Amino acid sequence: MSRAALLVLADGRFPAGGHAHSGGAEAAVRAGRITGAASLEDFCRGRLHTSGLVAAALAAAAALGVDPVALDAAADARTPSLALRVAARRLGRQLARAARATWPSAELDALAREFPKGAHQPVVLGVTARAAGLGPEDAAYCSAYESVSGPASATVRLLSLDPFDATAALARLAPELDVVAHAAATAARRVLDEGVEVLPAAAAPLLEIGAEAHAAWPVRLFAS
Amino acid sequence: MTTAGVRATARIEAREDGRGGTSLPVLEGQGPLALRRVRGSGPEARVMLVGAMSGPLGGDHLTVEARVGPGARLRVGSAAATIALPGQAKGEARYDVRLDVADEGELHWLPEQLISAGGSELSVAARIDLGTDARLVFREEQVLGRVGEEPGRLTSRLTVRRDGRVLLDQELACGPGAPGGWDGPAVLAGHRALGQLVVVRPEFEREQPAARPLGEHAALTPLAGPAVLVTALAPDALALRRLLDAALSDLT
Repeated sequence: MSRAALLVLADGRFPAGGHAHSGGAEAAVRAGRITGAASLEDFCRGRLHTSGLVAAALAAAAALGVDPVALDAAADARTPSLALRVAARRLGRQLARAARATWPSAELDALAREFPKGAHQPVVLGVTARAAGLGPEDAAYCSAYESVSGPASATVRLLSLDPFDATAALARLAPELDVVAHAAATAARRVLDEGVEVLPAAAAPLLEIGAEAHAAWPVRLFAS
Repeated sequence: MTTAGVRATARIEAREDGRGGTSLPVLEGQGPLALRRVRGSGPEARVMLVGAMSGPLGGDHLTVEARVGPGARLRVGSAAATIALPGQAKGEARYDVRLDVADEGELHWLPEQLISAGGSELSVAARIDLGTDARLVFREEQVLGRVGEEPGRLTSRLTVRRDGRVLLDQELACGPGAPGGWDGPAVLAGHRALGQLVVVRPEFEREQPAARPLGEHAALTPLAGPAVLVTALAPDALALRRLLDAALSDLT
């Protein structure tokens, strides 16, 4: 395995379409819940410990080789918002395209056949990590980091926030990213013996509610 | 001196009585959980959950189980809000709800609010198992702290299975000691009343209500199965109830 593969996968320039999504930041900015660096950090912290943890655990479990179909169903049950399920599948399909070109693998091919409209993005991310020779911790870190880096870079554009301030907020979240990635990988290992129901199911009501409001806007900068 | 918490289980079983109504062959309260049958309408049996003591307190473990047989119809409410309070016993309190609705059974589970008082620690878990053509209306409302009070620690899990397949799995943790950001702009943003309404109907298999926002802090969304979820945040319990009642009456 190459450790540097993690850098390729986690790079914001990896062509998987993530830049078109704000992770709920656009709705939160419009509602006045994110107004600057401090509220962005608190938004990211909340997202990290809820949908970020769930996504990281799904990715880690997929990286361990847990059945992607079972993981995808678990992701559906943990994503009540239809708008967020649609966004997750769209992102999953885009990631699968990029991943199959980058790290060709029979498992990625099988996943694309099973889910022609896209599987949930964290599941695809985990299978991709596996194809890249990475492990469950790597997949969990990558997914947990995406859960906060997406809203941070979107907020820089939405509020013309100083990029230094946004990056400093991400750096302050680093110790909590460690905790979440570790918890996600631990939960993923339990799935091997106990099934997908032991995956975390942490919910963030305002992310779910904001996603439905956002999907109803006629004009928006980000897809979700 | 250490005081052990209370352990109590209440059981309800509803069966179609063969004459177009619903009988209750099992209606057993225990300890702080008392059950009363109240007058129902038509084929439906109604049960009221009556708190016979205050609680749950720290260390208590309360369980309510309801089974609805094929073709039976049950409606369960509660006489008053449940207040989680700190107790003398160490550790958190647990409150488990286990609901089973068989094929073509119907359950309306509409209790009053759960209030998380300052200093309390409570973990609530609702596990709902539905048969293929079961119908469900399930409401859950949580109020964080009494008036002007910081909330206690509350963890709440809601799992709904249909035909053994998980339709919804959600956990919310809030209050002191909960993971960071729980009261921030992604999760609750200072709201002190939160609620969920789950409606499962076989006819949603053919036609599911469309996703839509319900004002600024609530939304209705179709789940990945014949069900919808309403998630709502509000400044207080009264505003929350109005939102959920309006959403439910729009569905009928």
